Amino acid sequence: MNIFAHIGRATLALLAEVGRVALFLKDALLQGLTPKIFVRQILEQMMRIGYFSLPVVGLTAFFTGGALALQIYLGSSRFNAESLVASIVALGITRELGPVLAGLMVAGRVGASIAAELGTMRVTEQIDALVTLATNPFKYLVGPRIIAAVVTLPILVGIADVIGIMGGYIVGTRSIGLNGYAYIRNTADFLEFDDVTSGLIKAAVFGFIIAVMGCYHGFNSKGGAQGVGRATTNAVVSSAILILAANFALTSLLFAE
Amino acid sequence: MAEGYIELSNVKKSFGPKHVLNGVTLSVPKGHSLVVIGGSGTGKSVMLKCVLGLLQPDSGSIRIAGEEVVGLKGKARDAYLSRFGMLFQGAALFDSLAVWENVAFGLIQGRHMARAKARDIAFEKLGQVGLTPEVGNLYPAELSGGMQKRVGLARAIAADPEIIFFDEPTTGLDPIMADVINNLIVDCVKRLGATTVSITHDMASARKIADDIAMIFKGEIIWQGPARTIDQSGNPYVDQFIHGRAEGPIQMDVLKP
Ligand SMILES: Nc1ncnc2c1ncn2[C@@H]1O[C@H](COP(=O)(O)OP(=O)(O)OP(=O)(O)O)[C@@H](O)[C@H]1O
Ligand SMILES: [Mg+2]
Repeated sequence: MNIFAHIGRATLALLAEVGRVALFLKDALLQGLTPKIFVRQILEQMMRIGYFSLPVVGLTAFFTGGALALQIYLGSSRFNAESLVASIVALGITRELGPVLAGLMVAGRVGASIAAELGTMRVTEQIDALVTLATNPFKYLVGPRIIAAVVTLPILVGIADVIGIMGGYIVGTRSIGLNGYAYIRNTADFLEFDDVTSGLIKAAVFGFIIAVMGCYHGFNSKGGAQGVGRATTNAVVSSAILILAANFALTSLLFAE
Repeated sequence: MAEGYIELSNVKKSFGPKHVLNGVTLSVPKGHSLVVIGGSGTGKSVMLKCVLGLLQPDSGSIRIAGEEVVGLKGKARDAYLSRFGMLFQGAALFDSLAVWENVAFGLIQGRHMARAKARDIAFEKLGQVGLTPEVGNLYPAELSGGMQKRVGLARAIAADPEIIFFDEPTTGLDPIMADVINNLIVDCVKRLGATTVSITHDMASARKIADDIAMIFKGEIIWQGPARTIDQSGNPYVDQFIHGRAEGPIQMDVLKP
């Protein structure tokens, strides 16, 4: 078979998908994020997206902080630069690893559950039923999830930052034998406000990506259990890729001198 | 025929190459109960969804009280839909909400009624469909199929809508409960003055609730007339259907052994 036909078809399919996502995004923003606002739904989603993701995100941050401290120590001891451990852990966690890893973990946990839930609602006609009860599904389902994700992800990442640095501190003081007081002072001296805020801005963007992709794939799932399964996979894969791409773009943007 | 309250003319709908509705023309006078009969997969549910705007017809016009409703958007659409009640074929209950919240949903979200008051009405409607108050606090997944159907029915009539669509209201119910539901539908029409369109395969139910009967075949209405004339329709398709004969002009596409 002609290879150009394959490439052409794949390109067209990709462009069509981008177009569909853009149209969905338009509805999500214009209908989902304008009054009327469903406060009860927002609070419920904040619990589900934020609060219940705490253990996963906390553990991820803790072990990553610890591993980072160990790696930097092993690398920097060659140059007798062990004092760098604290500062690089702090920078690495707040600027990159905190938001990216939290984003990816939440994409796996929450993106999948949003897609599965809305996908099931779609194939069992619950979304149609919402419409017939004069309730706009973009306002009732999509809006609250986007708001909850955009608000809670930065909070999650803030907590992940603290836990990640703590992980580094514990490994640094317990297993590497750095001075605890010096570790904390190095961290505090070196870390700047912008390091933290840049990570939190990233987190908000990632939250948006996760909620939108979860809702998009859930809303457009068809064909029973298999379709919902496919929607779930697509939601996780697409949000993970978009998170990594957005992270690169945001890093270039936020840290452009 | 005089202009009906619900008026479909030449409504067409295809899914890709599959033509489901091939020009449906139908008229229901105000306060009448129309029953639509027809084989499985002939487009009955699709027709109702077109009227509700859940599916966009490819062409044709749908008028409610003389007003064109195809392509309604935003507030106008919400206002339009708040005049409807719909019982879905698969009940389509919200599985994240308790049974009474399902029934009260349209009242609370659509009509901004206080929760306590909506709750009382919900329990009253549940009583009308033969469900005890204990059922109100269960979740849809804990109910039998027939009970779910009755909850769907209670939800459809909860807001006392002007127009109610019942998609197979008695399928899956025992004969006695089916008759209770038939009476309830008749009562809705009489007491509320509602205009109803019901889909059913159950001729006993059709005879009981219908003022008029229409038969759909291959996406077209092939016969419509007063319910009492159905036995003298002179239409071989109708005769075959109401007597449930395998032999006749309607050929089922099944492989003969
Ligand atoms: N969303 C959809 N996408 C593609 N095809 C569809 C869709 N909805 C319905 N169809 C097709 O339209 C046809 C009519 O479906 P419909 O649900 O209206 O049947 P029905 O008359 O209600 O049958 P039943 O009595 O079994 O409920 C079916 O052949 C179905 O395959
Ligand atoms: Mg049907």
